[in-house]
Amino acid sequence: MLTQYIGRRLLLLFPLILIISVISFVLIQLPPGDILNMEVLRLRSAGTQVSEEEVEALRQLYGLDKSLPEQYWLWITNILLKGNFGTSFTYVKSVSEILAARVPLTAAVSVMTAIFVWITAVPIGVYSATHQYSLVDYFWTFVSFIGVAVPGFLLALIFLWLAFLWFDISAIGLFSQQYETAPWSWAKLVNMLQHIWVPIVIIGMANTAGMMRTMRGMMLDELNKQYVITARSKGLTETRLLVKYPVRTSMNPVFSTIGWMLPGIISGEVLVSMVLNIPTTGPVLLQALLNQDMFLAGSIVFILSILTVVGTLVSDILLVWLDPRIRYEGVA
Amino acid sequence: MAHDSLLEIKNLMTHFHLHEGIVRAVDGVSFDVRRGQTLGIIGESGCGKSVTVHSILRLVPSPPGNIVDGQILLHRGGNGMDRVAVDLARLDPRGAEIRAIRGAEISMVFQEPMTSFGPMHTIGNQIIETILLHQEGVESSDARDLAIENLRRVGIPRAEQIVDAYPHQLSGGMRQRAMIAMALSCTPRLLIADEPTTALDVTIQAQILELLMALQEEVGMAVIFITHNLGVIAEVADEVAVMYLGRIVEQAGVNELFDNPQHPYTQGLLNSIPHIDEEKLPRLRAIEGVVPDPYEIPSGCAFSDRCPSFKPGTCDRAMPNLDETVSGHLVRCFLYSDVEEGLTEGENGG
Repeated sequence: MLTQYIGRRLLLLFPLILIISVISFVLIQLPPGDILNMEVLRLRSAGTQVSEEEVEALRQLYGLDKSLPEQYWLWITNILLKGNFGTSFTYVKSVSEILAARVPLTAAVSVMTAIFVWITAVPIGVYSATHQYSLVDYFWTFVSFIGVAVPGFLLALIFLWLAFLWFDISAIGLFSQQYETAPWSWAKLVNMLQHIWVPIVIIGMANTAGMMRTMRGMMLDELNKQYVITARSKGLTETRLLVKYPVRTSMNPVFSTIGWMLPGIISGEVLVSMVLNIPTTGPVLLQALLNQDMFLAGSIVFILSILTVVGTLVSDILLVWLDPRIRYEGVA
Repeated sequence: MAHDSLLEIKNLMTHFHLHEGIVRAVDGVSFDVRRGQTLGIIGESGCGKSVTVHSILRLVPSPPGNIVDGQILLHRGGNGMDRVAVDLARLDPRGAEIRAIRGAEISMVFQEPMTSFGPMHTIGNQIIETILLHQEGVESSDARDLAIENLRRVGIPRAEQIVDAYPHQLSGGMRQRAMIAMALSCTPRLLIADEPTTALDVTIQAQILELLMALQEEVGMAVIFITHNLGVIAEVADEVAVMYLGRIVEQAGVNELFDNPQHPYTQGLLNSIPHIDEEKLPRLRAIEGVVPDPYEIPSGCAFSDRCPSFKPGTCDRAMPNLDETVSGHLVRCFLYSDVEEGLTEGENGG
């Protein structure tokens, strides 16, 4: 039954991705004029002579003289068949090349942030709920309000300043200088892990704070339910009954937000990554949008959307696995 | 002290310390539960029935609830010299001692069958958990067989399939049966049933009551049965205690209580049952007024503001004692007790 469900959901992915690709393409076409106008403008302002013939040649090269459906077809078949996302004008590189360096790092930061959020927010939320109105609960409530209220980039700035002030280090970047351009190696990975916790903590802060509150609220609801008292009346120890019953039930929102967490982290990550100079997709996306580097922007939106859809699928499957009520009612 | 008593509660006081003040939910309750017998506790909502039995298993949430005085003696061993008593009121509510008693020596069935099982685990899982917790040397495969056997004993059909069912897949009646199966899985000596049939419809109610009585006979356990349904209490109880605002106001054998109710509150409760065989159906005879706010309990007898036999100058000045009027029949009312004695002893009645 579960495999059937997963199969059906996987089939549904295809039309969804198709729709996403159309939207991404529309996004590319959205700015007034075509992409070349910007490029020509830029070349001319840089003092390069561009003749009308050259523009026309470029237009043909990029297929911009064709109708929109044809352009879409060209774009999507290039992506699907050749893995070719087009060319970025600002970077003068293929989009795939730019993304190949950044998407894995973005995914790494996102996944590690998500893990950081869970391993901090869940225990703190549970503790706050079981010790409601205690000093510790008030402390974490205070921290979480700050975490939700203070934007990540400000936290990043404060952190940079403090790190510089107290430890005289520059917490900028994901690698030490000698590894920045070096090819991947074991040492480079270790070096990255030494740096990556800074953006993870800062990006994760708002999510952690929110998740903490959610977990606390869910737990408070569950703790008063009859089944917790039943479990206690059976003679279970407090820890064991908490973990087995109310915590398990309260985990639903944790799992159901996996899908949304990814775009949330990425949008929250943009400014933090700018401040900390982290080579993820966020800053590139922002820059691409500012420069109307539309092939690049469209591709990033396309890829991130696919990741989100996949994340949602993963969270749905996890929920079905976690909660028998969903398993037997919603799925069958 | 009756020699065959299993549980002896002496002057139990469970108070809730809230911002608005102290709620004396249980205020000097004493009773005995004898081996193999059923004690029924009746009273309106908020009279302290549930808090009394939750105090026994130390399930009252603390804070705000605290047992401030009294003893809850659980007698172990036979009637001879090896007899020992544990005072449950003195145990650490999270400690190993009370946990060893919960679910093993004393177990509990609750009112809401809909929510009393955890939703994420199968019925079997939750019964097996109890068995493995309290029965040493039982392997998990044996525990599963025991769970199925217990489910079968409470009349659940296809028990070997139901054992793997999730709570939401069962009806309320089935869930309550499973709940009873779980409560009895370690053959407790005392079963506390906290309004076990209130949430069920009448036909299921009757089935569950019959089941409980049959199992009681089979296992030989004592039962504390809480309800606000007088019909139910008449059917199941040997002894009945009537509670009002944290105190027992009348206690007697079930026949004596129904034949000869003495406290005005008990009389009011019995009168409020409509009789279908009356010539012309009269209006429902409800007890005047409502249960007072826990922060504004009338001075003197707690029932004085609703009592049809209210005697000014007496009932509003002191709490009457719980006195024996007929052999085995206790009443807390100035209609039957010596007024002067009650006045001098003041609040210490009970």
